[in-house]
Amino acid sequence: MKAVVWHGTNDVRVERVPDPKILNPRDAIIRVTTTAICGSDLHLLNGFIPTMQAGDILGHEFMGEVVEVGKGNTKLKVGDRVVVPFTIACGGCFFCERQLWSLCDNTNPNAWMAEKLYGYTTSGLFGYSHMTGGYAGGQAQYVRVPCADIGPIKVPSALPDEQVLFLSDILPTGYMAAENCEIQPGDVVAVWGCGPVGQMTIRSAFLLGAARVFAIDDVPERLRMALGAGAETINFEETDVFEHLKVETGGRGPDACIDAVGLEAHGATLDAYVDKVKAAAFLATDRPNALRQAIHACRKGGVVSVPGVYGGLLDKVPLGAAFQKGLRFRMGQTHVIKYLKPLLDRIERGEIDPSFVITHRLPIDAAPAAYKAFRDKQDGCIKVVLKPQATVH
Amino acid sequence: MSEMNVGGAERWASAIGGAALTVYGLKRLKDERSVPGAMLTAAGSALIVRSARRFRPAYAGAGITTVRDRSNTRERLGGSRGVRVDTAVTINRRAIELYEFWRRLDQLPRFMDHLVSVTCIGPRVSHWVAKAPAGRTVEWNAEIINDLRGELIAWRTLENSAVVSAGSVSFKSAPGGRGTEVRVHLQYDPPAGKAGATVAWLLGYDPSQTIREDLRRLKQLMEAGELPTTLGQPRGES
Repeated sequence: MKAVVWHGTNDVRVERVPDPKILNPRDAIIRVTTTAICGSDLHLLNGFIPTMQAGDILGHEFMGEVVEVGKGNTKLKVGDRVVVPFTIACGGCFFCERQLWSLCDNTNPNAWMAEKLYGYTTSGLFGYSHMTGGYAGGQAQYVRVPCADIGPIKVPSALPDEQVLFLSDILPTGYMAAENCEIQPGDVVAVWGCGPVGQMTIRSAFLLGAARVFAIDDVPERLRMALGAGAETINFEETDVFEHLKVETGGRGPDACIDAVGLEAHGATLDAYVDKVKAAAFLATDRPNALRQAIHACRKGGVVSVPGVYGGLLDKVPLGAAFQKGLRFRMGQTHVIKYLKPLLDRIERGEIDPSFVITHRLPIDAAPAAYKAFRDKQDGCIKVVLKPQATVH
Repeated sequence: MSEMNVGGAERWASAIGGAALTVYGLKRLKDERSVPGAMLTAAGSALIVRSARRFRPAYAGAGITTVRDRSNTRERLGGSRGVRVDTAVTINRRAIELYEFWRRLDQLPRFMDHLVSVTCIGPRVSHWVAKAPAGRTVEWNAEIINDLRGELIAWRTLENSAVVSAGSVSFKSAPGGRGTEVRVHLQYDPPAGKAGATVAWLLGYDPSQTIREDLRRLKQLMEAGELPTTLGQPRGES
């Protein structure tokens, strides 16, 4: 089959690899009909995530048709059309029982690696380094899905792939980020980063009752897309974000601030440049510029919600401000499975159609170029979907 | 941003600054794990040997161990002697289920990587076969010296075994419906002389990590019904 394979920093290729096989009783094999490149895949492209190995198959947003099921899987049948969550969960541990699916104890074959870094392991993830299991990802024509009796959700044939694909990650991720803000009537929410997750977050914040949403970015087409959702936009290259938010909220500050950027933040402030230099000199691993602003701007007693991915050590995070203002922090990989059914219902009812975010539709062979266009925000690129089964000459 | 041409792992490792996490360390640990891990207990020839080097100072060289009676677990492991391991895992199952799974000793190789087989040869006595380097095996007999249903199993190796060890596993309900805390205590005496030399390739391994991995596999089996794996999945050219 064809698959998108990581070979090193800035080196992603499409290769022919063997088809996946059932390895465990609860597995299923999915013929991938649509997959996407996630913003977090760019951290892999840019070499920010450790424990990647040349030859790793990428991709954690995918859906398709079940073509084979393991003997121990009684939930799926050949022919089922499913969307697959990016977090792999066993369904039987303390965390799964409490809907903390991304913290599953039992799905990371390299748990010891995560324990070295984080003290405890979190769940296995598709196509996202060996520290989270080293599972082959879904930017491929076929993919093996472990514990496939727990994660995948069957989707009605009336809904096209593009409307349900993002149940795999970015829609639940944006939704959980907004839900974590515990939005009350009248709340103002500020969102740093208007990439795909930021876009889903903005819409989810409105769905959950936010009175106003501020969208912060420097890419014109992303800001336009946010504007289309009803957000008020701030271009951080042109505007002092903190002062603007303060004035616009009558001096109170936003009730909730969401960092939908994560570890590769860039910005127009001095600290952003210092971060860049430090990361380059190995003095820090992550660049928390957006997080700093979110903490600084948040009103007293407010919530800072972090869907953006962090992985290592942060320098000069204003914990003093967070402490003195009594902020609440919510973060973590998305508990996707918890949100599948409620969000599928919302899609079916027409309350949200996540396909709005797609700007590029390409065959899988175009993946290497698509990664670069997405990273460099060329050609209006906000979200790329790949069609692994499309034939190319 | 993306201009850096150093791999992410290296950058992280450098940043984290000499903590246990270096790329080399991670890689090396991984390689070592792929060496069949040792088994628990009574068992552990390989595991036992793996630690020999680390504890040799305590024995002032191999000579001392050879003059003692190797079969006397009380003498060999009494007080603070020998290598001690103490590790625990919480499993989302009732204590009695876990006890019964463990008490059927022939099931132990399902989660103890280094065991080939355990055969009961009497009400309390069992025969153990473990993997050794170069495709060989190491065998010994062990007896259960304490057995509290649903709570505790303790064992020691029998006299004249190549391996001298004693250990226990206890099962205790965790608070608030959190399952069962499974705690393993293990003591063993590093072998010396010829046996030690033949398995020198295993020296330096961390025995508590080995036992943690065994317990993790037990947890995975009991909670998920299978062991997570990627062995045999496709990958690109590397």
